[in-house]
Amino acid sequence: MLKKKECIAMLLAGGQGSRLYTLTEKTAKPAVPFGGKYRIIDFPMSNCVNSGIDTVGVLTQYQPLVLNEYIGNGQPWDLDRTHGGVTVLSPYEAKGGKDWYRGTANAIYQNLTFIERYSPEYTLILGGDHIYKMDYSKMLEAHKKNGADCTIAVLEVPMEEASRFGILNTDETDRIIEFEEKPKQPKSNKASMGIYIFTTEVLKKYLIEDEADPNSSNDFGKNIIPNMLNDGKKMYSYTFRGYWKDVGTLTSLWEANMDILGKKPNFDLYDRKFRIFYRHNALPPHRLGEDAKVKNSMLTEGCVIDGTVENSVLSNGVIVERGAVVRDSVIMSGVRIAAGAKVEYAIIDSDTVVGAGCDLGSAKETQKLLVLGSGLKVPAGTKIAGGEMVDAGNLKDYID
Amino acid sequence: MSVDGIIFSNIHDHNISELTRLRTLASVPFGCRYRLIDFPLSNMVNSNITNINVIAQYNYHSLMDHIGTGKDWDLARRSGGVKILPPYITGYANNVSTSYLTRLDALKGVHYPISQMTSDYVVMSDCNVICNIDLNDMIKDHIASGADVTMAVKRMDLTPAFAKENTIIFSSRDGRITDMLPYPTNFFGNADVSLNILVINRQYLQELTRDAVAYGYTSLTRDVFVKSLPRRNFRTYRYDGYFACISSFEDYFKYNLQLIEDKEMFDSLFGVEDRPIFTKVRNSAPTYYSDNSTVKNSLIADGCTIEGTVENSILFRGVKVGKGAVVKNSILFQDTVIGEGASIGYTLCDKNVVIRENVVISGHITLPLYVDKGKMV
Repeated sequence: MLKKKECIAMLLAGGQGSRLYTLTEKTAKPAVPFGGKYRIIDFPMSNCVNSGIDTVGVLTQYQPLVLNEYIGNGQPWDLDRTHGGVTVLSPYEAKGGKDWYRGTANAIYQNLTFIERYSPEYTLILGGDHIYKMDYSKMLEAHKKNGADCTIAVLEVPMEEASRFGILNTDETDRIIEFEEKPKQPKSNKASMGIYIFTTEVLKKYLIEDEADPNSSNDFGKNIIPNMLNDGKKMYSYTFRGYWKDVGTLTSLWEANMDILGKKPNFDLYDRKFRIFYRHNALPPHRLGEDAKVKNSMLTEGCVIDGTVENSVLSNGVIVERGAVVRDSVIMSGVRIAAGAKVEYAIIDSDTVVGAGCDLGSAKETQKLLVLGSGLKVPAGTKIAGGEMVDAGNLKDYID
Repeated sequence: MSVDGIIFSNIHDHNISELTRLRTLASVPFGCRYRLIDFPLSNMVNSNITNINVIAQYNYHSLMDHIGTGKDWDLARRSGGVKILPPYITGYANNVSTSYLTRLDALKGVHYPISQMTSDYVVMSDCNVICNIDLNDMIKDHIASGADVTMAVKRMDLTPAFAKENTIIFSSRDGRITDMLPYPTNFFGNADVSLNILVINRQYLQELTRDAVAYGYTSLTRDVFVKSLPRRNFRTYRYDGYFACISSFEDYFKYNLQLIEDKEMFDSLFGVEDRPIFTKVRNSAPTYYSDNSTVKNSLIADGCTIEGTVENSILFRGVKVGKGAVVKNSILFQDTVIGEGASIGYTLCDKNVVIRENVVISGHITLPLYVDKGKMV
């Protein structure tokens, strides 16, 4: 007889992240690198562990190889448990036929048996595409105190931006009275963060009903939440105060990386009490040479810097050779910037080599972000202006 | 063919007594983020030796903390893995001194676990030698030659000071060891030095441990190996890569700083393909360099915040260098804090040291300063 769990987490990590273009060509969005040594999924995973949740189901679908390998047995997050821990849940073939995950609600529905194995009183539903640090146990406390059927985490956004979000209108006790998806005339600024705690029994009932409805698009935001509201279920908002960033676009991914820089950064990674865990590469310390110049930047293991790095975030094993300049950029692991090359306002994906004397990107002020895909060999002396998106398919168009 | 490992964590502690007052030699930090035991442990793991006994005697809290379950070396195993063997003292023993100085005494202290070993061969390693060696190749050599013991050696030019802390090995042209000279006084010239890494047949190891207990032998080289040379087949294995042997505090300081200048040394330790050096994962954030920082010629671990000037120095994880502070030719262990405007040179700050604002301290290249663990200056 195994012990039941009070609360387990279901992490929706199947999204493609199509607006990250070449970065998600071969990897799912949650596996996209962030902040030098992390991947996006490290944030919700670490949040779970730091909140005392030791059972996490990760639902994967799009390009799962890198993600599955990264999660592995969950060891980096202390989720290699005898009972519980992390389980990767991919779509499967069953007696009645086979099915992809058709929507967020359907994905959870297909894994109800997984949830039932732990008989949790509460189920936490998370997305895998945000950068934030959050103690879910406080949200769970609020959920229990309110005796709620469902609690939705919200962020108070500036009123003028509210029309871009799913907005929750609440009464003075934070009970939700109305949910509007991207309202033209928002009545409140409480934006849903896509983080839900359900009382598991209620969740099960609604998922089963939703599955039986052929007209449903099987989505939490579009179907489950409105249905529960219509039935007068006890639904509460929980206001989260802190840094929260959707990294769904290339610009927002770049911005989020810049937010970890500074003496008092917008997003602080140095809190030893709320560590972000990650899968570790056994790389040596980073080395700065005689002519290195590093200003307002983050460096990590395996980097070798002999050139200039300003306002940038560099991942594992990035090499910046003598005379090379990297400014306002996010450089992913294993990239080499050869001697005398210049990279400005760019995101460069893993293992790309920028040849000597290349001139890539335009000044940040032009607001034209340059993106280079992974594993490219950019020949010496190449010039590429800002705003371009270069991958293995079109690299030759930029070489003369 | 199966191979087990034995690592001696306390032998040579006296070499750097400053750093081993509160820790074993095995857990002495090195090169920004490593501890000395990471080298023998990684060498073994990289050669598929996954049943490893670490023999400890005293001061081994830091060692236990560092190794933990062994998962960072992939040594958290159902069968095998890494095990720390402290001295075995029965409840009835009184007045028994378990303190020892030699490897043979260390082995005698754990003769029961040794008598239970079943592998074909055993690799034994000390912790004072820093190298990245392919033990598989050495084991292959050992099997092919049918030796009882194969010792790794490196040919080098010796100064008397260096020779005094090491064992010199003499061998015939075909590699058979003819004599050993442990810790000679006044020896110099070109000779083979023992790396304190050897492969031994398991049965022979069990036999010699049993005999050592029975006859009260104390030195592995002097009492056992040298006496057995005519009867047993002892052979050398030549190692050509980089090797640093820590025989004094000055050596320790020198080798750390050498890591910065000598790229070849750095690469032959950390840049060997398929043979990474593993260490305990601390989950630090990357290191932040502020607008005011000037950092040159340095090796820096993750989790640091640098706002001042750092030159020719080694910074371990979580070090903070304040605005206007200057750090030159120094080694700063984990979580050292250098206050604003402070200036230090040729200094080693042990863990959790705080150098307050505007303090100026400096040692000299021939006499580096040591600031004890947790001290505030």
